[in-house]
Amino acid sequence: MTEADNPFEAAPIKRPARWHILVFLAPAFLVYTAIMILPLIETLRLSLYNLADGQTVFVGLANFITLFSDPRLSASFWNALSNNLIFFVIHMLVQNPVGIALAAMLSVSKLRFATFYRTAIFVPTLLSFVIVGFIWKLILSPIWGIAPGMMDWVGLKWAFAPWLGRADSALITVSLISVWQYVGIPMMLIYAALLNIPDEVLEAAECDGITGWSQFWKIKLPLILPSIGIISILTFVGNFNAFDLIYTVQGALAGPDGSTDILGTLLYRTFFGFQNQMGDRSMGATIATVMFLIILAGVSLYLFVIQRRMRRYQF
Amino acid sequence: MTRLLKGMLFATTMFAPAGAVLAQDASLTIESWRNDDLSIWQEKLIPAFEAKNPGIKVTFAPMAPTEYNSAVNAKLEAGTAGDLITCRPFDLSLAMFQKGQLSPLNDLDGIGNFSDTAKSAWTTDDGKTTFCVPMASVIHGFIYNKKAFEELKAEVPKTEDEFFALLDKIKADGNYIPMAMGTKDQWEAATMGYYNIGPNDWKGEEGRKALIAGTQKLTDADWVEPYKTLAKWKPYLGDGFEAQTYPDSQNLFTLGRAAIYPAGSWEIAPFKAQADFEMGAFPPPVKKAGDTCYISDHNDIGIGLNAKGKNPEAAKKFLAWVASPEFATLYANSLPGFFSLNSTAVKMEDPLAQEFVSWRQNCKPTIRPSAAIVGRGQPNLDLEMWRVSANVINGTQTPEQAAEETQKGLDSWYKPVK
Repeated sequence: MTEADNPFEAAPIKRPARWHILVFLAPAFLVYTAIMILPLIETLRLSLYNLADGQTVFVGLANFITLFSDPRLSASFWNALSNNLIFFVIHMLVQNPVGIALAAMLSVSKLRFATFYRTAIFVPTLLSFVIVGFIWKLILSPIWGIAPGMMDWVGLKWAFAPWLGRADSALITVSLISVWQYVGIPMMLIYAALLNIPDEVLEAAECDGITGWSQFWKIKLPLILPSIGIISILTFVGNFNAFDLIYTVQGALAGPDGSTDILGTLLYRTFFGFQNQMGDRSMGATIATVMFLIILAGVSLYLFVIQRRMRRYQF
Repeated sequence: MTRLLKGMLFATTMFAPAGAVLAQDASLTIESWRNDDLSIWQEKLIPAFEAKNPGIKVTFAPMAPTEYNSAVNAKLEAGTAGDLITCRPFDLSLAMFQKGQLSPLNDLDGIGNFSDTAKSAWTTDDGKTTFCVPMASVIHGFIYNKKAFEELKAEVPKTEDEFFALLDKIKADGNYIPMAMGTKDQWEAATMGYYNIGPNDWKGEEGRKALIAGTQKLTDADWVEPYKTLAKWKPYLGDGFEAQTYPDSQNLFTLGRAAIYPAGSWEIAPFKAQADFEMGAFPPPVKKAGDTCYISDHNDIGIGLNAKGKNPEAAKKFLAWVASPEFATLYANSLPGFFSLNSTAVKMEDPLAQEFVSWRQNCKPTIRPSAAIVGRGQPNLDLEMWRVSANVINGTQTPEQAAEETQKGLDSWYKPVK
């Protein structure tokens, strides 16, 4: 019941309109709408249109049918998707376990110089991908790089190969560069989660004789599982949106022979064109839409299936 | 409210480009991909034009080469492109003309200064309309380190056997990397490899035209042969050439660590500036002594008029000046390695550039096979050739497989006119 409905009040007091809420929300809302939501909707819309005789016409799902039925386009699409999956799997198998291990080591209170290690491992995350890409390209360069020389000191010169130039090793190398750059993020998140575990729980565990490794597996790991879930989904979204590092290290062609081509670089070449290949905006938008759907499916799977089954503990 | 919202959205997204629209009576902007030449345009070419044409202000606005085509197309469609458009040869510019984005230039003053061959890269298929003023062509060949050749007492190779014998000699000596080229960026493998040595095998224009007519295929022996030769280059490239980029190769050569550089003539000016040794050049070696030699003399760069430009009169004045012998001399000497297409003979000072251009007297010139007509479709033949040439040198594909892949890509869209 509002005051206006009250029959006993002779002169109803009108509440001042709360304009300030709108005013404060407006800048963020407008900027976000203009630079994120509208382009997203436009991209989704553009994927249903194509050029015919210089006119943009509605073609329904024809672009998607072309993408999956044209032998060349579909071959490059599946190549990009499978490379992207490998890229993601390497992150899940290397970046996240290493991040958790580092966090577990840092949270051991006896470790000396813990702050130094924490900072040092986190710093690459703050660097621009351009810097990281060029640094690693130089380190691994067979001509000017320091990698061949350093491997020579320890007698491993024979194991050096131009990894970035070989079809069988380029994708793994680029993935590991990306892991090197971003390993600080899972480390920090897990580190924070580990610090959040109350000492009482750990003391109770010790009283029950659970110490060392088994304490990590039985007590700590279940308690940090929600953070691991968040990290996995962040890795998934980040990897399927990835483009920058591959572009700086391997160029837009994502060579050799398309072996490092992921969805982001394929989208770039298709949408903007490359050298003598003209950009095709409708097909680019189609690929972008498929990427959007893949990410949406992954995130939904996490939110509606995995996260609901995850057990949370209140202290 | 929606109006206000729309207005604000419009303002937030559009205010940036709006600031750029500053009308001046006659200011011209040249769209180009030659960002390497920025200082030469600003310091030599534009002042020379402005001194003669007071009241016209010219700006040279280059961008990254690989992004140029798509960017300039987007600008033309949006109506924000400059008055003067630097033209890529053949199909790319032809597409612009067919869309009505470039004006026909048949009645431009000075267009008669160019031969039909020179104009062929910027003329419609029926040969009737020319839409860009030809500026320059580039010639392929090999640049070598004269000091290294003297130390090794090496002769310039004339035939392929001599060429490989020379590479063996340099390799055995061990002081120099025989040849500076990498496959990481892919385009060098095709541009400095396949397009460079290939014309000797497919007999230049003869093979190129037969390919367009459909009487020859990329899987024919003449077109597979250059891949076979390229596959033999592998042992003579530096260690780790698979990860060697284009700038790496340039640096290896100019630092004097490599003896031979498979080149395009556009390298002359930057190499002169960097290397402290004498350089020479030789054309792609022929199979047997006495064979006719063919060179890739590729019409590479022209300049056209934006049909929707703001100052067509001033732009035409500029184009007429570009077509004049005065510009030809100025351009060819400021950028040795970009050879004028003007019929008036141009005197070049640079000995290395003279060496390149002297091959025109004995060898038959041709253009890159993927540039005209067969370069129009998807997949793009040029990009396909980059990829397979790199694969062939890396040894991950046989010459036959490479040829088959490119022909399959071509067959998927190209039907020769019978």
